[in-house]
Amino acid sequence: MIDLDELLNRPSAWLTVEKESDIVVSSRIRLARNLRAFHFPGWGGEEACSQVWATLKPILTDVKAMPGCLSMEMNDINQLDKMVLFERHLISRELSEKGKGSGLVVALDEQMSVMVNEEDHLRIQVINPGLELIEAWERIDALDSEIEARVDYAYDPRLGYLTACPSNVGTGMRASVMVHVPALVLLEEISPIIKGLGKIGLAVRGLGGEGSDASGNMFQISNQITLGEEEMQVVGNLHEIVREIVEHEKNARKRLMQKKGIIVRDHVGRAYGILSNAHILSSKDALDMISGLRLGVDLGLLPGLTPSVLDELTLLIRPGHLQKIETKLLKVRERDVSRAKLVRSKLADIAK
Amino acid sequence: MICEKCKKDEATVHLTQVVDDEVKKLHFCESCAKDSGVDTNGGSSITDFFLGSGDTPNPTAAVEVGQEVGQEVVALVCPHCNLSRVDFKKGGRLGCMHCYEIFSDELEPLVRAMHHADRHIGKRPSRLSKSVLMEEALFRLQEELVRAVAEENFEEAARLRDEISKHQETLSTVISDEDKGAIE
Ligand SMILES: [Zn+2]
Ligand SMILES: [Zn+2]
Repeated sequence: MIDLDELLNRPSAWLTVEKESDIVVSSRIRLARNLRAFHFPGWGGEEACSQVWATLKPILTDVKAMPGCLSMEMNDINQLDKMVLFERHLISRELSEKGKGSGLVVALDEQMSVMVNEEDHLRIQVINPGLELIEAWERIDALDSEIEARVDYAYDPRLGYLTACPSNVGTGMRASVMVHVPALVLLEEISPIIKGLGKIGLAVRGLGGEGSDASGNMFQISNQITLGEEEMQVVGNLHEIVREIVEHEKNARKRLMQKKGIIVRDHVGRAYGILSNAHILSSKDALDMISGLRLGVDLGLLPGLTPSVLDELTLLIRPGHLQKIETKLLKVRERDVSRAKLVRSKLADIAK
Repeated sequence: MICEKCKKDEATVHLTQVVDDEVKKLHFCESCAKDSGVDTNGGSSITDFFLGSGDTPNPTAAVEVGQEVGQEVVALVCPHCNLSRVDFKKGGRLGCMHCYEIFSDELEPLVRAMHHADRHIGKRPSRLSKSVLMEEALFRLQEELVRAVAEENFEEAARLRDEISKHQETLSTVISDEDKGAIE
């Protein structure tokens, strides 16, 4: 049977799937659920959390939707593995700071997972590559229904699924899509779009989720409202809006190539040159230049490279993954050296 | 004001109890309040009580405690999980599912401001307890009643009102049966 180490020593399986979409990186849905019989995790204390974990673990590891999944309690995971899981969007910062009684159950393809005793008893998640929100909803709905047949959820006929924070009450659903929009950023057309999204109740964040800036021209767009709108409506709306953003980005790329083709080629070429030859690479520089490569791949300027290679690279250059690969803790400067080495060798492999 | 229990000492502890939707105001002296389960041992323990660390005198109802300084309501504690209003204001998180009902006065406007809605539509668990199913039905009846009154269909409204009160009676027995079942 596969263990955590094996799982973390290979890139997330779904990332390496070849996909058509170049602008939409991934679609993610999570559901917040709680058990009727227990206090919410933040208030119940370790004792109550341990009871919830003991209740949920046998059920979650037995559901048909996640065959052969791994389960682990937070106190059994070392700091480095927590970083790796965080970078893979499998655990949150909040969960990683918890100990006994809080944990993770994750399917081997890493597309389905459940955080136990984070802010709520269950945070069920499905990630799909590309723009596959509706498929993601169908999968998470099935998983949730399978769990719900075996436990009593905290549910109120008026307010829906009851959550520790009133901002999630109702459907308990947060749907989000990660998009790569370098042309909109370069043409400075992204700010009005972000403002417009805010007005229709959507939140926009940078690559790392909450509170982070948009390194690598990546943005995560998600719904805020969880009450008064059906899940399929929320998912459908978000899907339509992301398609519009994709059209905007394609249009911006066309205009860029027409008016400033030489500048785009120079930008892509420099990114490739630096990534292939640098010996010191900060995280931000690497992400920004990988974004340049991604644009080059999408525009057909870099034959041989594929979006999935770049998705993998984006993951592997993050601090947790680098240290996992080097099997030791590294200082910032050491990480920059190790990052440059990793990127050089990946690109050299492809050039062969 | 004189304590309503011993009818002797000056009442310094004022409780607002909510029992079966009825608001009762109680005025006790320190020692009688203590006998009733409210720990008033000095000013600090009153604060402890507000913060939820004191015992709740009536485990089936929310209790509000106000001191004679003019404030009507100082604190509200969830009897199921002991989370106080102060805890909620501090952390922004609720303690248990019942907190939604206990703190509904301040949660309702908050939820409406966050979501621009006050009613869930969408998925519901396939497995619901009898009481939740009855609450759902009751909620629908109440909506119909509002509509009937708005349309001045008073005959229908009267019928609905009767149905609602019958429903409420059955619901309360179902809930107490379920609670018993949970304890056993
Ligand atoms: Zn007295
Ligand atoms: Zn509570």
